[in-house]
Amino acid sequence: MDSLHKASGRLQKAPENFLDPAGVRQVFAEARSGRRDFIRKAFAAAGAAAAVPIVQAAVNPVPPAGGDANILELPQHSKGLGQAVATDGYGKPSKYEANVQRRHSPGLTQTTQASVSFAPLQSLFGIVTPSGLHFERHHQGWWDIDPSKHRLMLNGSDDSLMRRPMVFTMDELMRLPSVSRFHFIECGANTGMEWGNVAVPTCQYSHGMISCSEFTGVPLNILFDVAGVDTKRARYVLAEGADGSSMTRTVPMELVESGEVFVAYGQNGEMLRPEQGYPLRLVVPGVQGVSWVKYLRRIEVGDKPYGTKDEVLHYVDLMPGGLQRQYSSTQECKSVITTPSGGQVLLDKGFYNISGLAWSGKGKVKRVDVSVDGGRNWRSARLESPVMSKCLTRFNLDWVWDGKAALVQSRAMDETGYVQPSYKQLRAVRGSRSIYHNNAIQTWLVQDSGEVKNVQLA
Amino acid sequence: MSSWREFAAIVALLAAGTAQAQAFPGVGRTATAAEIAAWDIDVRPDFKGLPKGAGSVAKGMEVWEGKCASCHGIFGESNEVFSPIVGGTTKDDIKSGRVARLNDAAYPGRTTLMKLSTVSTLWDYINRAMPWTQPKSLSTEEVYAVTAFILNMGGVLPDDFTLSDRNIAEVQKLLPNRKGMTTDHGLWPGAGMGTRKPDVKATACMKDCSGEPRLASFLPDFARDAHGNLAEQNRPVGAQKGADTSQTVPKGGAAEAAAPSARPAASPGAGAAEAVALTQKHACVACHGLDNKIVGPGFREVARRYAGRADAVAYLAGKIKSGGSGVWGNVPMPAQALSEADANLIAQWLADGMKN
Repeated sequence: MDSLHKASGRLQKAPENFLDPAGVRQVFAEARSGRRDFIRKAFAAAGAAAAVPIVQAAVNPVPPAGGDANILELPQHSKGLGQAVATDGYGKPSKYEANVQRRHSPGLTQTTQASVSFAPLQSLFGIVTPSGLHFERHHQGWWDIDPSKHRLMLNGSDDSLMRRPMVFTMDELMRLPSVSRFHFIECGANTGMEWGNVAVPTCQYSHGMISCSEFTGVPLNILFDVAGVDTKRARYVLAEGADGSSMTRTVPMELVESGEVFVAYGQNGEMLRPEQGYPLRLVVPGVQGVSWVKYLRRIEVGDKPYGTKDEVLHYVDLMPGGLQRQYSSTQECKSVITTPSGGQVLLDKGFYNISGLAWSGKGKVKRVDVSVDGGRNWRSARLESPVMSKCLTRFNLDWVWDGKAALVQSRAMDETGYVQPSYKQLRAVRGSRSIYHNNAIQTWLVQDSGEVKNVQLA
Repeated sequence: MSSWREFAAIVALLAAGTAQAQAFPGVGRTATAAEIAAWDIDVRPDFKGLPKGAGSVAKGMEVWEGKCASCHGIFGESNEVFSPIVGGTTKDDIKSGRVARLNDAAYPGRTTLMKLSTVSTLWDYINRAMPWTQPKSLSTEEVYAVTAFILNMGGVLPDDFTLSDRNIAEVQKLLPNRKGMTTDHGLWPGAGMGTRKPDVKATACMKDCSGEPRLASFLPDFARDAHGNLAEQNRPVGAQKGADTSQTVPKGGAAEAAAPSARPAASPGAGAAEAVALTQKHACVACHGLDNKIVGPGFREVARRYAGRADAVAYLAGKIKSGGSGVWGNVPMPAQALSEADANLIAQWLADGMKN
């Protein structure tokens, strides 16, 4: 198996039915007789191969000297002179935060220009993604474009659909009335590696193609009104990027008319980062990231959808029976526990704050339930404010870990009443070869060693 | 939130209706015909936007071998840089309009021709985004020709075919997967397509919910470290720490158990940074990984092979400039258009074992 691993340099998919037949029989037998004990034994057995014991030291013991040296002996920063203002004109995170990085998944893509990097969800707080940690998805490499030379063009697929095709400079766009709104952006392929089975170790790789920012820009319907769009006939909108791939996607006119879609230049108080489309990108709340076209150069209105590469060849959902769903765009309600999560180790038993993120492309998150027994019993988590539409929502739940194996899950519900499905429910309708739009409930196994593993339940 | 205020402001601005243009005097101007022609390149499934022109299969083969094959393979079969374009379709599919192998989970991968339902998509994408390192450099004739050649490789068009704006609608009727798509789903947030209703329905059971949890899948031990040491990917302070996955010793554990491919490459020396930057600037990295083979050999393999060779700098600079084939495999490396100085710098870096 190790040779397989090395041959490709990428993670091989874990085989289904990873428990051996004896293990499966035991699981069934014990399922009938026990509840919590059943889980403990089953997962002790399943995890046996991993038996690298984690040494658990007491977290905060009183040292023999009668006190903590960090308290008893004053540190240098309490006794000396600190650094000057503006030592760094654009401040950076603490040097102790160097582990918190966006990362790519080895072997996932064959080039680094048509690729993705994943945001480190396991290390983030609240709902805003620091701009430098925002996940990346480029189709032909990223650019840092001179904003004084960037233009936005509006036109119609034929002349009758737009009274006045127009060109705007960035200076002009930034003069117009602006809005600032918090929204999540999630790649349609987020969690795509996990459709068939467990394939990645941490929530960074399983769910890290999502980020959330406050975006600032101009509602597209304002621009359409200026240009005079025949919205009776022009029911489809094409967005096009200025980079090599000149990414194109079709957006429904209904979303523009709702006032939600805007052309954005601001992100978290500053301009967009180059990796996020500086100086201009489309924001399409609730819709998968591929439609949030970066380096936005042109918007066309038309009377038919456009059948672009990323609607016909990619971002299509292969269904049982062999049909491919095209134009699947909305990101349905989903959630993930970010701590504790895969690849982490709990320090000791005792109190923990189970914390995670929930979101829906159809509005606000209404409720998030958390289970620590693999989905048999659930408790509703606290939703931290603000809870905003088509935006990440942070949830928290108190938990006292007894040091025994636990299966931790979260299940979100949005304001339409839609409930996040289990893998079983999702696969029953869509099979397991879709790649895109996997919003199944995530399960983390907290082993008795304290190490957390990414698992899927039958 | 301030959205009500925003809304009110916008409503006020819109109150002028069609006189909207006057609401923002001095902002924006009319696009010229030349500007629209330069940027409005999209081609729709009904062929709106398709420029007049034609290109033959024979011409397409010529263009393909010069500009496409290095990434996509001589027969479009390459899985090295990008997913294969051709393969997986049959004569029966052309008749039925449905690719049977899309329904065969055992068939490895999905090629472009297996998925393609509209020929305009292929034309549009080649025109706007190909070749990979020089997008938008193909002439209209070349785009028609390459489109024709791909369909020829897939058994859709005969060898002597010339694709044009006049016959492309007929070619559409031959696509193997022209009927293999649906918009019958709830994920289109508009009225024109789809059902607007979720296809998966779950309920929020709270207590003694049915179904005993049974583990179906988890990460095998040998892959624990495949994404690097997870201890280094978690904040070192907090409720949880990252698991030290570098400590895993798989059963039968040899010293070589730790997979080198998954580890971050040693950071290059300061002098090497410039060479690495050049390999990115000149898109060498599209075909050569630092450590791994992509289409061509990884840089480290090259450095290893020529270590100690006296004329390594001159030899490698020459290979970069004029290309070559047969040394590392069948896929030829095309001649590269970069300056003598840049080629020498990259060659020097390789000859030095990528250290300086």
